[in-house]
Amino acid sequence: MIDAYSILWSDLAALKRRWPRYLLTTLMSPVLYLVAFGWGLGRGINMNGTSYLEFVIPGIIALTSMTTSFNGAGTRLNVDRLYFKSFDECLMAPVGLSSLLLGKALIGVVRGVLSSVAFLLVAMLIAPHIHISLPFVIGLLLSCLTFAFLGVLAALLARSHEDMATFGSLILMPMTFLGGTFFSLSQVPFGLKMALYALPLTHASLFLRAAALEQPLPWTSFLVLMGFFFAFLGGGMMALKRMSV
Amino acid sequence: MNNIIDISGLSKEYSGKKVVDGLNLSVEQGELFGFLGPNGAGKTTTIRILTTLTKPTSGTVLINGIDAAKDPGKVKEVFGVVQQHLSLNRDLTIGENLELHARLHHIKAAARKKRIADLLDYVELSDHKDYLIDDVSGGMKRRAMIARALLHRPKLLFLDEPTVGLDAQTRRRVWDLIRRMKREGATVFLTTHYIEEAEALCQRVGVLHHGKLIAIGSPLELRQTLGLVAVELQGNGNGTTYRYFPDRAEASKFIQDLPSSERVIMRASNLEDVFIELTGQKVTGD
Repeated sequence: MIDAYSILWSDLAALKRRWPRYLLTTLMSPVLYLVAFGWGLGRGINMNGTSYLEFVIPGIIALTSMTTSFNGAGTRLNVDRLYFKSFDECLMAPVGLSSLLLGKALIGVVRGVLSSVAFLLVAMLIAPHIHISLPFVIGLLLSCLTFAFLGVLAALLARSHEDMATFGSLILMPMTFLGGTFFSLSQVPFGLKMALYALPLTHASLFLRAAALEQPLPWTSFLVLMGFFFAFLGGGMMALKRMSV
Repeated sequence: MNNIIDISGLSKEYSGKKVVDGLNLSVEQGELFGFLGPNGAGKTTTIRILTTLTKPTSGTVLINGIDAAKDPGKVKEVFGVVQQHLSLNRDLTIGENLELHARLHHIKAAARKKRIADLLDYVELSDHKDYLIDDVSGGMKRRAMIARALLHRPKLLFLDEPTVGLDAQTRRRVWDLIRRMKREGATVFLTTHYIEEAEALCQRVGVLHHGKLIAIGSPLELRQTLGLVAVELQGNGNGTTYRYFPDRAEASKFIQDLPSSERVIMRASNLEDVFIELTGQKVTGD
């Protein structure tokens, strides 16, 4: 754990230098989604007794946790590995692979939590009925961890910066709009619904939404998300072992 | 003397092409050993294998008696590395880069600050500790990398083309640092394609060509295999030809017997001559 913190320490040192700019840029997308979908498109829509604004905010928080955790860990590692080449220094240090993997994922978790909390603060000004409970916090942390490890896995597999961009376009972008963020899955045909349940963001959205709106918690979604977390963790370990002795 | 590096039968293939080909080599503790060869000879691949970054296709590597494939964690405590390319984290300052390395090598917090300060003083970068990497010169970056590699007091230091891209003055400054490390007891294993660097620094030089070690010895021994004095004959339209002699007397005698129209240069032979004679190519790859 100490080694993982050492790796996180360096990423935090870099983040500390530019956190106001980071927060500003990271808030841009979710606030735009909120304005466009929550206020614009969804005004007047009622989702089984809940306003569309209150429906969409937890989804956007799940989406924010995905994009910022993925990019915070993945893009960062991709740059360290292929551009700065400073990741070699970590590989040559007497540090266990699990610590190395965790250390590289933790900055994604930190960034994901920071961005999600910042957005949540903005959103609560607009929709004060959002309920922040312990399950919500745990769900948010699990979502950040899962997508941070997905980012690390993608960065370890990528052979170029272009590969990361391709991954973003082919995996993250469809998830952004189809992962239960902006609409209820009960409205889509059965076949598509099953396909959408295969996306980790769908389960993050379902769990966070239920927790935020004080509905019965979908623990199956929590377990599925946890399954994705372990799958990405395992994949990351295999990719790391493949690239070192 | 104890060997700090023992390499036997080391090979590395990429897509069926051998980049390192059956390398056998030992380096003694406290030695300043150099790998000389043109770009693409297999020097960097060898260093990447020795530093556990790349898996060999076959062969074994013992570092300080430890098998690098079986116990990479222990091996990583023995060596420090200055890579050919800039490998500093450019989002961090020089001081923070060193701090990260110290943390990853488990140097206790109490000792960390002093050791970083001492090493920055050693490489004359104390005034630049808080500068971001992109705000300092290439020579300073290289010296910061050397300071970082020395931070955990490694027994063995790998320097992969340590002066590539540096101006002559900075290069000599780095040479002074390398000599000082050697004086202070470290084993230094460096790769270079600069002839003068190998001659100026190394006690023994291994000549690498297409992944094979084709000659090994002190710079003087290698030159002696050829002759310590070189005579260049700049013929009319036939290009330059070279002749080698054990001493100046024999070379002078040879020159006296030449027709007066021949343009002749007599000089000390060097490792470039050795490399050309062995491979038919220049080390610089021209």
